[in-house]
Amino acid sequence: MALNITTSDAVLVSNYINGKEYALSLLIEKHQSKIYGFIYSKVSDKDVTDDIFQDTFMKVIRTLKSNSYNEEGKFLPWVMRIAHNLTVDYFRNNKKMPVQRDTEEFSVFSILQDNTPNVENQIIDLQIENDLKKVIEELPDDQKEVLIMRIYQDLSFKEISEITGVSINTALGRMRYALMNIRKIIEKKKLILTQ
Amino acid sequence: MAQIYSKKTEKLPEMKPRREIISFLLNYSKSLKVIQTKSGKFEFIAN
Repeated sequence: MALNITTSDAVLVSNYINGKEYALSLLIEKHQSKIYGFIYSKVSDKDVTDDIFQDTFMKVIRTLKSNSYNEEGKFLPWVMRIAHNLTVDYFRNNKKMPVQRDTEEFSVFSILQDNTPNVENQIIDLQIENDLKKVIEELPDDQKEVLIMRIYQDLSFKEISEITGVSINTALGRMRYALMNIRKIIEKKKLILTQ
Repeated sequence: MAQIYSKKTEKLPEMKPRREIISFLLNYSKSLKVIQTKSGKFEFIAN
């Protein structure tokens, strides 16, 4: 009997087990759309669907070739069950190591950003830093000293007062005047110290 | 005539695996031999 796509699954399976490789291509052709659609509905990714579809049929082939198949007449539900189990395995493995992949509707680059400054931003940063250094240089020495200790050396006002030998209140006052003077110089020179 | 308000459902294109996948599976099937012995099952891939 000539086999074609309308031949029953049971006959196609039995022919395949008996060595007719062509029967497998008919089985795949007959059910590929349902199985592929079933997997895609779960994973929403064509590449992953292709992988699971391939693994599903590799399992089908191994089972049929080793004569372990005993569900005559229920070929499609059996294959669907294999596909379902492999899909569950995929999610289980993915949970351990989540991977965000590009899909048709979603691109991973819409949420991923490279926060490393580009060359232009690096140059701007350097320029800002240089401008700020020049502004700080213009401050009176006592204010400059407190500001550098607080901002660049990260010392507390208590530590600054101990090092400079002035009270905490004086150190605080110098810091306040330093900031006020910096603002004045920035305004006077019309500097832009932001990106 | 009554107006039909429901939208026509768009027919999704039929989903199929890539041709390479099918070709791989058919080649895999041709090359795979499973031999059952007393001590177990052996799979051979004949290239």
